[in-house]
Amino acid sequence: MDKILRINMGASGGPSQSIEEAGEFTALGGRATTSMIVAKEVPPDCHPLGAENKLVIAPGMLSGTAAAMSGRISVGCKSPLTGGIKESNAGGQVAQVMARLGYAAIIIEGKPATDDLYKIHIDKDKVTISVDNNLKLMDNYPLVEKLREEYGDKVAYMTIGSAGERKMAAASIACSDPEVRPSRHCGRGGVGAVMGAKQVKAIIFDDNGCKHRQPKDPEKFKAANRAYVEGIRKHAVSGEGLPAYGTNILTNVLNEAGGYPTNNFKTGFFEGGTKISGEAQAELEIKRGGLATHGCHRGCVIQCSGIYNDKDGKFLTKQPEYETVWSHGGHCGIDDLDTIAMLDFLDDNIGVDTIEMGVAIGVAMDGGVIEFGDCEGAIRLVRDEVGKGTPLGRILGGGAEMTGKAFAVERVPVVKGQALPAYDPRTVQGIGVTYATSTMGADHTAGYAVATNILKVGGDVDPLKPEGQVDLSRNLQIATTAIDATGMCLFIAFPILDQPETFEALLDLLGAFYGIEMTGDDVVALGKKVLNLEREFNTKAGFGAEDDRLPRFFKTEPLAPHNLTFAVKDEELDELYNWS
Amino acid sequence: MIQVTVKLFASFRIDRFDREIREYPPATTVADVVRELKIPETEIGILLLNSVHVDLQRQLADNDVLAIFPLVGGG
Repeated sequence: MDKILRINMGASGGPSQSIEEAGEFTALGGRATTSMIVAKEVPPDCHPLGAENKLVIAPGMLSGTAAAMSGRISVGCKSPLTGGIKESNAGGQVAQVMARLGYAAIIIEGKPATDDLYKIHIDKDKVTISVDNNLKLMDNYPLVEKLREEYGDKVAYMTIGSAGERKMAAASIACSDPEVRPSRHCGRGGVGAVMGAKQVKAIIFDDNGCKHRQPKDPEKFKAANRAYVEGIRKHAVSGEGLPAYGTNILTNVLNEAGGYPTNNFKTGFFEGGTKISGEAQAELEIKRGGLATHGCHRGCVIQCSGIYNDKDGKFLTKQPEYETVWSHGGHCGIDDLDTIAMLDFLDDNIGVDTIEMGVAIGVAMDGGVIEFGDCEGAIRLVRDEVGKGTPLGRILGGGAEMTGKAFAVERVPVVKGQALPAYDPRTVQGIGVTYATSTMGADHTAGYAVATNILKVGGDVDPLKPEGQVDLSRNLQIATTAIDATGMCLFIAFPILDQPETFEALLDLLGAFYGIEMTGDDVVALGKKVLNLEREFNTKAGFGAEDDRLPRFFKTEPLAPHNLTFAVKDEELDELYNWS
Repeated sequence: MIQVTVKLFASFRIDRFDREIREYPPATTVADVVRELKIPETEIGILLLNSVHVDLQRQLADNDVLAIFPLVGGG
């Protein structure tokens, strides 16, 4: 990955392209690359949908190599949802293909002067940017079907649906999976709206004629990959639980722990939880001839995904993730898997973040737009309002905060404008610290304290008490930022937190690939460096300590069954970034 | 005797049950229940007694709800 492709959509006479040497980004990737470029090139006070914002796409440090699990693609920009810096990553095929094409990053900047819609085709010889107004307002599934007629199945697609074109703040960017379905999304933070603002509908990555990226030390790399895969397979979470039941295994766990936010964060236990649990979902998928075990990209050895068929045995959507099952399920008082799966498909098709969309619907329910538990109503809101860009749809598609304002809802679960995911911070206090302080807004993946608080992986910190949560979240946020640079799926954290030899194998993979010695200290230093840059960007964008807070109701409304409030003090939250 | 609701999850359900109300003598511990169900202790990930994490030594009381999970994760 020795080059950077820069595309100026606003060049006079039509979009221009240039190739630059990757320089320091040759040996970086993912979030480190996107955040460093955004911090350097995007004015923090610019309008996220304006010409000055940039969409930066970067595969991970090990993407495109033979290393297992290395298929995450990062997208960075100033977020239209939070107003701060954003890195949103997804699985699918794009990272591997883009890395094999040799690009450390693609920077899309400027804004066309006309209302033309563009597609960008990238192969080993050239980059072709062309107008295709026939694609206007197409949603992801029919869009990719149509593009496949032209470009075939041996390419990877990055696309936006109608929500991205409409520049909704919840809009996602879809990445195609091994079956060439647009089912893997850079969901969070409205990155799809930024792609829409650049008037780029699709990027087609064609690595025909390209090879795997080759390590500096092939023997060491091969041995490290073997140890790494072995470590992932032998850990109970990555080797057994995730393949068999997927991420939705967590519904029963969080529900039993009393930390499952129900009916817009009113209680921590959902009566209908077992009906939408990972166990129930896996059983149904198998019964209908789908799959309970499936990888989102080639080279995945965890296979946490699946295929969800409808009642007639026809493909409906990929296996909805835990977060989606929660946001469209318990958060909305909905206990029907078919409804949730339909909403998952609609979100993927229209191109919106399932977390933001589901939370916005639940907030709308709290505001009286429809009743909690209204399955048909929820489908109608997404399909007929968001999907058609009606005024109500644009409010919902603007995210939970906008929806709360529109319908005068007091309980709006957002931090920095981004919706909270599926763990109540009153019962899982560590994740509350991450929600409050992450540079990304409320984001469980930024420092997954749930592992230590609830799952007892990588240590044990009492979830119900404030003690130790800031240190826990800080360490996890630093480590996660570094993992987000490698292109590795975050689920490798389960084995590497518990098994030192698997962490060593990851360091060896990086070291053998780049011909350097990697240590744990290097990983920590990289994580801190990127977090500091992100935080500096947010400060310049106007964020202060008062933005590193949960909504006040978490401090004042006790949550059943534990009847606790979020008890980590503001002063303690302010210590999170105090590291030496 | 005391009555305890025992809930099993994920792979622990295979050849056992999802949820049962079971009777035990007083002073029964979580470890006793686990042994009775022939669940290898090394496979246990999470033990929740009335929604609170506990260890194997915890004694059970009448009307307790005990949830037993293997090591699981997601996100």
